[in-house]
Amino acid sequence: MSEITYLQAIHDALDEEMSDNKDVFLMGEDIGYYGGAFRVTEGLYDKYGRWRVIDTPLSESGFTGAAIGASLMGMRPVIEMQFADFISCAFDQIVTVAAKNYFRWGGKTPIVVRSPFGGNVHGGAFHSQCPEGWFLNVPGLKIVAPSNPYDAKGLLKSSIRDDDPVLYFEHKFLYRRIKGDVPDEDYTVPIGKSRITREGKDLTVITYSAMVHVASEAAEILEGEGISTEIIDLRTLMPLDKDGILASVKKTNKVIILYETPRTGGIGGEIAALISEDVFDYLDGPIIRIGAKDTPVPYSPPMEECYLPNVDDVVVAARKLIAY
Amino acid sequence: MDIEKADLLRLYHFLKLTRRFEDRITALYRQGRILGGVWTSNGMEAISVGYACALDKDDVIAPYFRDMGAYIVRGITVNRIMAQYFGKKTGVTGGREGNVHVGDINLGVLGYPSHLADNYPVAAGVALSFKIRGERRVAAACTGDGGTSRGDFHEAMNMASVWKVPVVFVCNNNQYAYSTPLSLQMAINNVAERALAYSIPAETVDGNDVIEVFLAMKRACERAREGNGPSFIECRTMRMHGHSEHDAAKYVPRELLEEWKKKDPVIRMENYLLSNNVASQKDLSDIDAGIMKEIAEAEEFAEKSPLPEGEDAVKGVYATPV
Repeated sequence: MSEITYLQAIHDALDEEMSDNKDVFLMGEDIGYYGGAFRVTEGLYDKYGRWRVIDTPLSESGFTGAAIGASLMGMRPVIEMQFADFISCAFDQIVTVAAKNYFRWGGKTPIVVRSPFGGNVHGGAFHSQCPEGWFLNVPGLKIVAPSNPYDAKGLLKSSIRDDDPVLYFEHKFLYRRIKGDVPDEDYTVPIGKSRITREGKDLTVITYSAMVHVASEAAEILEGEGISTEIIDLRTLMPLDKDGILASVKKTNKVIILYETPRTGGIGGEIAALISEDVFDYLDGPIIRIGAKDTPVPYSPPMEECYLPNVDDVVVAARKLIAY
Repeated sequence: MDIEKADLLRLYHFLKLTRRFEDRITALYRQGRILGGVWTSNGMEAISVGYACALDKDDVIAPYFRDMGAYIVRGITVNRIMAQYFGKKTGVTGGREGNVHVGDINLGVLGYPSHLADNYPVAAGVALSFKIRGERRVAAACTGDGGTSRGDFHEAMNMASVWKVPVVFVCNNNQYAYSTPLSLQMAINNVAERALAYSIPAETVDGNDVIEVFLAMKRACERAREGNGPSFIECRTMRMHGHSEHDAAKYVPRELLEEWKKKDPVIRMENYLLSNNVASQKDLSDIDAGIMKEIAEAEEFAEKSPLPEGEDAVKGVYATPV
């Protein structure tokens, strides 16, 4: 066991998978000699050389397509969108080609798209978005978003070994702020399984990535008020862990869904509908969605603070729900 | 570069097969007997047949929708393609896809997405994998003149050139992208000029001359295998049917079509073979008879094949289901 940062966990997963399997290679902008905008790939260029850690031209669509081509030949490319926001440039290759290859003609497309996402870093409208919701309506993709170093490493390894295209959303805010124990030996975290990060009996907060930490802080405050909060860290957004979600709702009967994408059209609506359809009889109150504001991500600190869901939002919603 | 008699006859066989097969598909479409739309390569068969015949078995192609010849050359049988048009379980994609949206990884044929030039970066990536693994294989992609206006075309050309990967980009310049003529598509006369910006060697060849396409492709493949990077081949031709078979193409001047009709690639090849004593009229008739039989059998195969189960639609979305 070693205590490492979220960023180190991602780095180590890449390093170990590259070392174990020569078909794994990396592509992206500035990831080679420079080591990546966030330094996730630092040292890998020296270790594996320029044809395993490939600096690309500024061509998100192009190198995503190239990753698809290489993956169809049995390689395991891991590409980096320098900022998740730039994934919009590669949307077509991901949605049109990668997601549909296997269904349409049986072409296995095991690419991993690493995308540093999320706000709270004053990056403005093009360096802070959470684009995962854009892809939830696209069958054929898998989407993961870890909240801690253990999951970050284990999920990245699973993603690289998976035969389908996986969008791996890593939160920029967590890179160097979150540390955790990670086993020294090889392990994976399965795609498609959520985890209860805090047991509770009065209400469930369903969330993922950086918002897990917001939920945890809120749960501490609520604990002091005698409210016991269960937190589900989804870890995988597609496919959703339906069983895990429904089991917790059956137990606590009250639900908050917390997510960092704009509230409208986000994953919250999908989960709320799922719960209503399958376990409506178990609900003792309305399902509450807490998302970001329906606006482009603003720059100035007070405005970004207003935009993002925060601890207080969760506490207030929980009190309301408990009193319902 | 010399061309062998066997190659000439092989080129002719696939040219004629492609023409006859697509003509039959068009007829079936007009009779309302097959599903969806039909986009043919009528008048342009020499391009897909020429480039595909120049490749080795281990090479990989990322074709586009007027590449019927390439599909057949690579070994996707007319039976499977015909069944694909009928939406049958025995079709190349088992009913999941229609018409020319076929792909078979075992034959080195990548499935074609309708978003034109999306296959260019994919082919560059295939070539990248050959480079990383040190394999002497070649990837080839084809698109039309319209496709070369898309960003993916330019990103792929740029990347492939910077990386010097073994890929050959083929362009079927048939002068119209649906109803849009070349003059509204680009401000240059030759698509090949686009390659100059990426320092990619380019050739413009007569796309109605299958031998010329074949030899240009051979040269490009040799270059790729020697580690000298990508090439671009512009094949000049004319689209003799509409964009699809429901399109009467009234926007194309009739005299232009008349002019190009004289350059029909199938007839030209027949004349070449006869005048150079490569084949006799009887040889050509025998080839044609074999082809007609093959197509009739494909039609029967497709007609008799079962449709897939509706529930098959929700299977196979993921290679590793969760």
